[in-house]
Amino acid sequence: MSTGNMNLTLKIWRQKNNKAKGGLVDYKISEVSPDMSFLEMFDVLNEDLVAKGEEPVVFDHDCREGICGACSMFINGRPHGPKEGITTCQLHMRSFKDGDTIVVEPWRAKAFPVIKDLMVDRTAFDRIIASGGFISVNTGNAQDANNLPIPKVQADSAFEAAACIGCGACVATCKNASAMLFVSAKISQLAQLPQGQPERYRRVQSMVAQMDAEGFGNCTNTGACEAECPKGISLENIARMNRDFYSAKFVSEESI
Amino acid sequence: MAELNAHIPEGELTDKWTKLRSSMPLVNPANKRSIEIIVVGSGLAGASAAATLAEMGYKVKCFCFQDSPRRAHSIAAQGGINAAKNYQNDGDSTYRLFYDTIKGGDYRAREANVHRLAEVSANIIDQCVAQGVPLAREYGGLLDNRSFGGTQVQRTFYAAGQTGQQLLLGAYSALERQVGMGKVEMFTRHEMLEVVVVEGKARGIIARNLLTGELERHSGHAVLLCSGGYGNVFYLSTNAMGSNVTAAWKAHKKGAFFGNPCYTQIHPTCIPVSGDHQSKLTLMSESLRNDGRIWVPKKKDDPRKASEIPEDERDYYLERRYPAFGNLVPRDVASRAAKERCDAGYGVGNSKLAVYLDFKANTERYGRIEASKHNIHNPDKETCMRLGREVIKEKYGNLFDMYAQITGEDPYELPMRIYPAVHYTMGGLWVDYNLMTTVPGLYALGEANFSDHGANRLGASALMQGLADGYFVIPYTIGAYLSKELATKPIPQDHPAFVEAEASAKGILDKFLSIKGTKSVDHFHKKLGKIMWEKCGMARNEKGLKEGIAEIQQLRKEFWSDLRVPGTADEMNPELEKAGRVADFIELGELMCMDALNRNESCGGHFREEYQTEEGEALRDDENYAYVAAWEYKGDVTFELHKEELKFENIKVAQRSYK
Amino acid sequence: MASFGNAFSSSIGKKLIMGITGLFLISFLVVHCFINSLIIVNDGGLTFNMGAHFMGTNWIIRAMEVVLFAGLLAHIIQGFRLVFQNRAARPERYAVNNGAANSKWYSRSMGLLGTLLLIFLIVHISKFWVMSRFTGIPTVDANGNHDLFAVMVETFKNPWLVLLYVVAMVSLAYHLLHGFSSAFQTLGWNHKKYTPLIKGFGFWFSIIIPLLFALMPVVMYLGYIN
Repeated sequence: MSTGNMNLTLKIWRQKNNKAKGGLVDYKISEVSPDMSFLEMFDVLNEDLVAKGEEPVVFDHDCREGICGACSMFINGRPHGPKEGITTCQLHMRSFKDGDTIVVEPWRAKAFPVIKDLMVDRTAFDRIIASGGFISVNTGNAQDANNLPIPKVQADSAFEAAACIGCGACVATCKNASAMLFVSAKISQLAQLPQGQPERYRRVQSMVAQMDAEGFGNCTNTGACEAECPKGISLENIARMNRDFYSAKFVSEESI
Repeated sequence: MAELNAHIPEGELTDKWTKLRSSMPLVNPANKRSIEIIVVGSGLAGASAAATLAEMGYKVKCFCFQDSPRRAHSIAAQGGINAAKNYQNDGDSTYRLFYDTIKGGDYRAREANVHRLAEVSANIIDQCVAQGVPLAREYGGLLDNRSFGGTQVQRTFYAAGQTGQQLLLGAYSALERQVGMGKVEMFTRHEMLEVVVVEGKARGIIARNLLTGELERHSGHAVLLCSGGYGNVFYLSTNAMGSNVTAAWKAHKKGAFFGNPCYTQIHPTCIPVSGDHQSKLTLMSESLRNDGRIWVPKKKDDPRKASEIPEDERDYYLERRYPAFGNLVPRDVASRAAKERCDAGYGVGNSKLAVYLDFKANTERYGRIEASKHNIHNPDKETCMRLGREVIKEKYGNLFDMYAQITGEDPYELPMRIYPAVHYTMGGLWVDYNLMTTVPGLYALGEANFSDHGANRLGASALMQGLADGYFVIPYTIGAYLSKELATKPIPQDHPAFVEAEASAKGILDKFLSIKGTKSVDHFHKKLGKIMWEKCGMARNEKGLKEGIAEIQQLRKEFWSDLRVPGTADEMNPELEKAGRVADFIELGELMCMDALNRNESCGGHFREEYQTEEGEALRDDENYAYVAAWEYKGDVTFELHKEELKFENIKVAQRSYK
Repeated sequence: MASFGNAFSSSIGKKLIMGITGLFLISFLVVHCFINSLIIVNDGGLTFNMGAHFMGTNWIIRAMEVVLFAGLLAHIIQGFRLVFQNRAARPERYAVNNGAANSKWYSRSMGLLGTLLLIFLIVHISKFWVMSRFTGIPTVDANGNHDLFAVMVETFKNPWLVLLYVVAMVSLAYHLLHGFSSAFQTLGWNHKKYTPLIKGFGFWFSIIIPLLFALMPVVMYLGYIN
């Protein structure tokens, strides 16, 4: 089936469901091609498991081009594996060597409970966005797009924050399972645009409150999130969120 | 069965939509609160529709199979979104966008729909910018544009190579805002398995909770299918792994006609297949053709590396054959040309199924411009390349990184190798002007419907259509139907139609698990894909299509007798999910071949080898095939053809020329 | 405080408390280090004792001492709370976690470093501060000031204590290497132009101050200053 010549040992976290106890299970896989993506290697493994009458490994994945944010594997102690700036689906087997042992675990955080095997529940992120990660504009009320010139530097900076794919690698890698990078990216995107100003200080308060309610840990500025983010979201966003939060709490007269 | 009436409003083309919109029956706010709408899918069309309908006051339930609405595959669109803004003052207008789209679609789309699309295109940009979507800007602070294939104006708005992502996140945030206010109830990790039709009207769905395996009944006054396209029928495509036809296909089996299933867009610039393990293909945005020149060696089976082939031994075949549009010809034309060159023995790379996309010339040109900006006179080539590389990086950095990651080659040094791949399906559920299918109360939006792109979609038009349908069309047109449903009480979920639909869905799931054969779902999916690509792919002929139909029928038999699905139905079971999707793809594949066989002409994404000009261009037959083929499901995988004649009153139908 | 809502109890608020108290403690280190450095005058501790006398009698300093202890206490209590809350945010640990690939060990070990410092502080305070404030320093120097210097000389004759001080100052250095710039980040003072300056200054600060502190017991033990 596959054409390569790499032989690998996989130690994969298997867990029947949220209630069951999980554990690492060893699998041998051979003839892995260096041109395969990491997930294609899992496809091959799963084909083998189905053929043997075993249950395949469950994992989240969808677009397989690094943009949907679904894939979420903690590979050899790092989210999305050993290479920087990419997601698991973009990781190719040429980043490993013949004979390697690879440990694959799910994202681990109280706010990301395991569903099955490597699949976790990240709906906490949706609830954080629902708490304020938007601009309240109903369809049909917009003025002409060019009536609002935005300096390129500012627009680019907002875009860089908006590039977040919501995969949760930041939470997964943070020693505190903190979601600050994710939350600050959305706050920062909208805070840098004129359209985002009216709700700026409400937004930061309600999103931070929701983040805390979800059970994420607190940021201690280790910088691991920024280092592991597949989209290079910067720590500057967290600083910007902090500033906005203080302004909202200590300067603004509106309490939320 | 319903008559095929497109319900196109009377009057001048330019007034149709305005007039209809202003005379559409309204539903008053108090009544809206008691009307429930089900939205299946949360991509650009689904999220924008769900958000907008909830803003208007309807009660909305939105479903997606992913873990979050933000993961819908609209997110992967790279290049951009068209809008007739004429910000560049290059002669663009609503009419020109309308004209380009009709012509690009090879005169197989409805004039009225396309004109409406062009009209609302400008509103989409306004709406998205108001939502905080960070579209690319110039130093003056105004929005930037670029060109895309099939047009000669710059009307494409973009956000680096992540336009789809940014637009989807805009729609997603609008959706989540409504979720937060309790006006939309969001059902993630839910897959629609049946449409429930009560007394001839769509009244709900059966959805499977993928976490627990439980089948749930959801009722509503109308059902919107925004479930995307079916490119994954080919197994290898640029679609996401989960993209599927199931929602549309179940609707088809409940009476919704399927329009033009054979129209498939093969995108010219994708990363070539590297081996049997390949699970999907990755697109390299069409925007790359702005700065990349496509070529193959002039010599057959040339074993030399790209860098060793001198300029005069390179065949820039698109520039040669289409001097007016050059590398920016529409996708179908570019794809066919690449296939033609490779089939003729000029392909490059190990597989010989690839052509070069080369940025060297433009890198140097940009470098020269940069040099003069930096007051460097007479820069040497190295300086030019260094400075130019920065410009290219700024424009396409993420795409170049992606290419390097997948192929292990550095596209800044070597030309990219590209080959066409299945990307988009123009066909879909047949809808009338109001986006309603042939089942009353059942609507289809975005790529799931067949409506606006004819036989070929122009680049940067999919995002435009998805958002047009969701933000600006359905919110108005659905009123026409719902205003007559005010007396309808909430639909009881114990109605026999719900019981029956649920039993049918359960029956299929149980069947999959009980076959206990020897082959995995993927085994059948790959086989289907191979048949489809070979027999119903970029070039089709009568013999191949007939073979294809027979092979698919055989495959279907094997599927239902030798499938193995591990696990149970009452747990998270991705193999079981895939089985349902592939079962539907197999049936759809047969219909696609039938449709392709029926259409004895070549047009856009449908190329029949028997029908081509002497130069190898698509040869349409306007006399006999200027119609939409709308197929009705007649049970037991048989279909009946209905035709909707296409009338061109505002555009002179001509042979499409990009020369 | 109700009008400030969750300003201090939120995750950002907790960081704010750590950051502000941290910066305050850093400013105290500067003063403390300056006074102690007076021993290098090597005049038998006369200058140093004068400084210590000033610190012990000036009412502003005495008032600030209360604030200092409050800040220290807040920093310690909040620090421990954060450690426990953050551990609770990941109930199931990773079997393999390659933290070194993305962050500095000392950034991930602030709780541990802080605990070492706390142990040190208990010893340090009981040796010097308790004596100078409560039990009283037995002798006076030539100027009539309490001879704290003599106490130092006596204390640092014990090599184990010298070792404890040196280890503690190494911990302090690492604690500061993270803490200094982290405090600015927490306060939102992240700026493309200034952050590199803060980081550079913080780096040297984190080396020089603990180094000066660590040198004092060492040079006294070795008898260079007496």
